[in-house]
Amino acid sequence: MSVVELAPSDLVAAPEGRVVTSARVRGMGAFLLALAAIMVLAFGAGVPSDAKATFLLSAPPAIGLAPLVMPVRWVSIALAVVCAGLGAALLVRARPRGSYLTFGAGVTVFIWALLAWAARGNTLNFEQMLAETLVSATPLVYGALSGVMCERSGVVNIAIEGQFLAGAFLGAMIGSATGVLWAGVVAGAVAGAIFGALLAFLALRYGADQIIVGVVIVAFCTGLTNFLTEQVLTPYQATLNSPSTFSPAGIPLLDKIPILGPVLFYQNVFVYGAAVLLVVVQVALFQTRWGLRARAVSEHPRAAETVGIHVLSVRYRNVILGGVIAGIGGASFTIGSIGEFSADMTAGLGYVALAAMIFGRWRPFGALGAALLFGFSISLQSFLAVLNVGIPSPFLSMTPYVITIAVVSGLVGRVRPPAADGVPYSRE
Amino acid sequence: MKLELAGITKAFGPLVANDRVDLTVEEGEVHCLLGENGAGKTTLMNILFGLFRADAGEIRVDGETVHFRDPGDAVRKGIGMVHQHFMLVPVFTVAENIVLGFEPVRRFGFLDRRRARADIRRLSKEFGLDVDPDARVENLPVGAQQRVEILKALVRDAQVLILDEPTAVLTPQETEALFKIIRSLAASGRSVLFITHKLKEVLAVADRITVMRLGRVAGRTTPAESGEAELASMMVGREVELVVNKKPAEPGPPVLEVSDLTVVDERGLKVVDHVSLDVRAGEIVAVAGVQGNGQTELAQAVTGLTDHDRVSGSVRLEGREITQASPRQRLRAGIANIPEDRQADGLVLPMTIADNLVLDVYDQAPYARLGARNLARVRAGGQEKLKEFDIRASSAELPVSTLSGGNQQKVVVARELSRPVKLLVASQPTRGLDVGSIEYVHRRIVAERDRGCAVLVVSSELDEVLALGDRVAVMYRGRIVGIVPPTTSREQIGLMMAGVDQGAKDGAGEAPPAGDGERAGDGDRP
Repeated sequence: MSVVELAPSDLVAAPEGRVVTSARVRGMGAFLLALAAIMVLAFGAGVPSDAKATFLLSAPPAIGLAPLVMPVRWVSIALAVVCAGLGAALLVRARPRGSYLTFGAGVTVFIWALLAWAARGNTLNFEQMLAETLVSATPLVYGALSGVMCERSGVVNIAIEGQFLAGAFLGAMIGSATGVLWAGVVAGAVAGAIFGALLAFLALRYGADQIIVGVVIVAFCTGLTNFLTEQVLTPYQATLNSPSTFSPAGIPLLDKIPILGPVLFYQNVFVYGAAVLLVVVQVALFQTRWGLRARAVSEHPRAAETVGIHVLSVRYRNVILGGVIAGIGGASFTIGSIGEFSADMTAGLGYVALAAMIFGRWRPFGALGAALLFGFSISLQSFLAVLNVGIPSPFLSMTPYVITIAVVSGLVGRVRPPAADGVPYSRE
Repeated sequence: MKLELAGITKAFGPLVANDRVDLTVEEGEVHCLLGENGAGKTTLMNILFGLFRADAGEIRVDGETVHFRDPGDAVRKGIGMVHQHFMLVPVFTVAENIVLGFEPVRRFGFLDRRRARADIRRLSKEFGLDVDPDARVENLPVGAQQRVEILKALVRDAQVLILDEPTAVLTPQETEALFKIIRSLAASGRSVLFITHKLKEVLAVADRITVMRLGRVAGRTTPAESGEAELASMMVGREVELVVNKKPAEPGPPVLEVSDLTVVDERGLKVVDHVSLDVRAGEIVAVAGVQGNGQTELAQAVTGLTDHDRVSGSVRLEGREITQASPRQRLRAGIANIPEDRQADGLVLPMTIADNLVLDVYDQAPYARLGARNLARVRAGGQEKLKEFDIRASSAELPVSTLSGGNQQKVVVARELSRPVKLLVASQPTRGLDVGSIEYVHRRIVAERDRGCAVLVVSSELDEVLALGDRVAVMYRGRIVGIVPPTTSREQIGLMMAGVDQGAKDGAGEAPPAGDGERAGDGDRP
């Protein structure tokens, strides 16, 4: 008989609903030990003892810092010792509390060694890597916030990818045609709102399956933007598909801070907008009347109805607002960085954003953490490709998606969605 | 506040749930609405609370006609409702649940949690409703959740409080505490409309009583004017027997032996905790307990419906180890199962009565030959069973979903008792049934016992447990806290249901000591 004997103290049902078993904690510990072994063998013993890696740590307008030059072998071995120590601590103590923090520290140490190894005999612009992490994470933050808005009212929004595309397309077109970038932002928001409203209408008015409606909207947006790109944008590229982009603007003094200054405080409006939106949604969701009602509707709509809350109105409002947010996030793809729309340019990042929301436990700041993780993996794969580490670049570019699959399939612990998430509501 | 319902009529398709119902609740009175399941009580209350709209009739508050389009309207007119299934958000705190929809806010819609807490503390003190505003509702016992529901209505200044079957999930002690609260509410000038099908409670708490039957008002009375028998016949429409007639048990050798059984749920928490229990041939062991204390999981482990890797310990049938046996092997070995939720687990609703009657043996002679079903035999067998088990249906070819709850349950009983049965496991066998069907099901269960079958009954209705059981096992938090004779006082069993262990020292009366409470938890591992 294989019964898992568990004492109640082995389980911590965190307030957010994540259940961590001591077996999982031990698994994390073993994983860190394996990483430490890789670090010693591949990054330590596997490189010439005189190999050096250089990390650039400064960019304008921050106060300059000297580049960091490291002997790869010895740094890797030192970091391996740290990683092994953390792994051993998890194995021996096997306590859930703080286990994710310890695990995260171990993985960070591993990535440091990996970068040192990849940049051996070469120079890595670490500062730029961090900046690109933030840039890559920005649309994910918008997408995840859109998901939070919808699912915290009980509607699953799997159409974020479609709303991204629609926002990116219309943002580029209007931004280009009018020459006013802010008009592009508004256009992106409108495009997202239209498809949010469509999702809400089909899901709430007709009780259609939300997953299927969402997938159909993505397919529709993909097809429509592809067609219009070919028929409209390409022939009139110069007028309709050549918007400029928002340029970075520094926040005085803060952007002078070494390392973090340029990363956090020398960015464009989309990044600052995401930061503001994060705080607004987080506070609104957990501190205001609107948030309390939305969460009630996502957890137990009938209970909300019996105290006089109009379930469907709350859902319509949240889903349309969620569409607005995703549409702005979409616009950031074109008028935030690249400066033109091309077919399928969002490359499934709408789904990655949804995964970030789940990994972030349906909380804005949790989603931010997840978005930064995914953003870092996107930036990491592009830098590793440049450094030519010997892994074929198609494999490297899978990194963000592999992490997404791992996250969604529950590798990182079970999470509890809102109880009525995705369930149509009717009164009788 | 005086509340009048006049001529309320509501039909769902051909079914008339409420037919010209009149009901008047005076200020400061406790008014009981008594009726069987399906008599139309809940429909009437949902109309009063704005969840359904009546086809005809009107609602008057202090003489003025009102129209409720949604519950919000009803709440604004001073009507509060405690639903049978609590309307609480499990992951919210008590305070969040209470103020939901009625939130005190500061500027920009920010919640004023301090004021919410203060309001709740004041009202809990006034009416003796003890709750912690910062506790999460999902961590509270059912009795406390009910107090939260009552507070929710009081915060909105409810003058008429509707309680829909409020005692179904309570221990006798919690029920007594609820009655105290009800009286203090009435004393403060509020009215309470108490909906139930339990006669004892009506007589204990009501000022006036309205009895409903088949959607109509069947009579009005007061506790002073009538006793249980009168109320029962008014509710059912004929004389009913309130007690189950049965001879003393003649227990034979043990049929079911459960030892050191532990079941964990999906999260790894123990829901059945080292339980040991014997059921002998020719006796009924009734498992009592407040819902959710592991009885369901115990029954499922015995019938084989739990994943094997969540079960440890041993289950034996006539000495044979069946802990790892599949449900099919168990039913072939002679276990019959009347499941708790007949619509989900007992029947395939869209299929015909005849097919449902052979779900267990459809692939065996005479219902199948060489892998092909013998449909003529199935049909003929169905017709016979309709007669034999008094199933009221014009044909066995109708979908089982067209039957009433009582007749659906008879289909389950008919199927399960048509096999050679050594052990009958019956979970909540009469939940939601009319009095006639309850009598019938009880008689069949006792008849099985008299035939020499071992019977394990699980019920959260204390009346049923005491009426059927030859021995009563009380469960609390997954453990059997004691096994006592059915002559034990309700108060003592109530205490045991609340976790106070008293069973062991009283012994098990005429029952053999093998299944005594002292053994619970120290059984031998296989």
